[in-house]
Amino acid sequence: MKLTAFLICLCLVLFVISLVTGTTPVSVWHSFASLFATDGSPMSVVMQQIRLPRALLAVMIGASLGVSGAAMQGYLRNPLAEPGLIGVSAAAGLGAVLALQTGLAAAFALALPLSALLAALIAVAMILTLAGPRGAALTLILAGIAISALASAFTSLVLNLSPNPFAAAEIVFWMLGSLADRSFAHVWLALPFMAVGWLLLGSLGRGLDALTLGEDAAAAMGVRLSGLRLALVIGTAACVGAGTAVAGSIGFVGLVVPHVLRPFVGGQPSRLLWASALGGAAMVLAADIAVRVALPDRDLKLGVLMALVGAPLFLHLIYKTRGTLQ
Amino acid sequence: MTVLTLQDLSVKRGACPLIENVSLTLHPGECVGLLGPNGAGKTTLMRAALGLLAHDGTSSLAQMTSMERARACAWLPQAREIAWPVSVERLVRLGRLPHSGTKAEDTAAVADALAQMGLQAYAQRTATQLSGGEQARVLIARALAQDTPLMMADEPIAGLDPAAQIATMRVFSALAASGRTVLTSLHDLGLAARHCSRVIMLHQGGIVADGPPAEVMTPENLAQVFGILAHYEMTDRGPVFQTLDTLE
Repeated sequence: MKLTAFLICLCLVLFVISLVTGTTPVSVWHSFASLFATDGSPMSVVMQQIRLPRALLAVMIGASLGVSGAAMQGYLRNPLAEPGLIGVSAAAGLGAVLALQTGLAAAFALALPLSALLAALIAVAMILTLAGPRGAALTLILAGIAISALASAFTSLVLNLSPNPFAAAEIVFWMLGSLADRSFAHVWLALPFMAVGWLLLGSLGRGLDALTLGEDAAAAMGVRLSGLRLALVIGTAACVGAGTAVAGSIGFVGLVVPHVLRPFVGGQPSRLLWASALGGAAMVLAADIAVRVALPDRDLKLGVLMALVGAPLFLHLIYKTRGTLQ
Repeated sequence: MTVLTLQDLSVKRGACPLIENVSLTLHPGECVGLLGPNGAGKTTLMRAALGLLAHDGTSSLAQMTSMERARACAWLPQAREIAWPVSVERLVRLGRLPHSGTKAEDTAAVADALAQMGLQAYAQRTATQLSGGEQARVLIARALAQDTPLMMADEPIAGLDPAAQIATMRVFSALAASGRTVLTSLHDLGLAARHCSRVIMLHQGGIVADGPPAEVMTPENLAQVFGILAHYEMTDRGPVFQTLDTLE
């Protein structure tokens, strides 16, 4: 309970800081007044149409990555699992890259995220076909790795055949992941998918708890493993696919956040789900504030900063727990 | 009244039969030892009876819905898996998942299960940091907390120290004495002879003998199934069984 309250407060504080952080030099109070202003002043446009959707997307994407990371680790009973494992983020990336390459992205505003979502859906269909309805966890991982590799190969092919360096640079920059210049259109596009994903993943708590004892014991305790796996794959794909579609690939959140919070929830997978959603939201909010504060005029990409901070943090955790890991 | 009925249960891997046409009935109050050499089909038989394996023939458990089955039978797999560093109390509480009782009922059942396995002092310890034998006892407590008419355990006492082995077998026979049923596979024939009310001897996927230990663990059956010579004697301190030698 204390942990939940702390994480909610942390998210609220970071959300507010995210709203008042930006290149336009105005006071905190003026910023807030503009958030609710209806006068159409430049500052109200900045607050309502740039900073608010940006902060909302940070919360949504962070929560998605956190909860799907916790669910994936719980299902595979492996603290190294992460949402990208089932290949959906790589596939969504490929969809986005294809939209950029073919010029579709310039045709209408949401062409890029829609193309990414479509590719993510195709990846899910392929995974469910490959892994089969009754396959074990290992089949799922292998299918995910295969699809990831295939999507990455096609992405490389697109880059390879890219007609000019500018197109290639645009693709590479998109793939680094960012929340800059997103609008409410992106929020409304991602939200329904993410909401479905949150509901599906949030319903897995009981089954994931039972899986602490292994697949056989969980099945004998009344957990329908095939149903659980289907909900996990579709939930993760909806969450992560939508997130990648609107913001590019942002790594490490789904890996690090459940790992950091696990000791605080007594290792219980069901409690870790919601804690990781809040923790993920806080982490992405913080990182998105940091990219604007650290190098305000260089458009530092969120995905880059996340990996720069996440990897050493992860190393530190491994160093600290190496004695207790078996 | 029966707690488990198997009728012509068969499991095949490809064309090769793992167990073939096994029929048996378990009644309340029985503590049943499932004996047989490695590969005889003990685990396969129990998993198929639960419906965790595709099978031919019928098993009364496999015909239930998964939630009904979870309230009818607790299953203790051989692989002792504890994936996350949860407390012993919380791990044992997982056994309450199939029940929709109040929190107080769950807490009482957990405390009872911990007491039966002598684990009260361990309740707040982290399960993954215990020794292998202690983890095994915690997992047995988890199955006890499930509070079902039937408990199926796959080599639950392997790797326990002698006192813990005897204590666990006593818990099982006490469960049987209270009107429940236990089906447990074991390799310790001596403990089976002393603590089981009935033993089933399995060989190459079929039942060779089924009945009270004294009638099943005969020199002929032991020679045929295990290829061993053993001494069996009824003493005033209960049956004594000692394996002596292998047979050529």
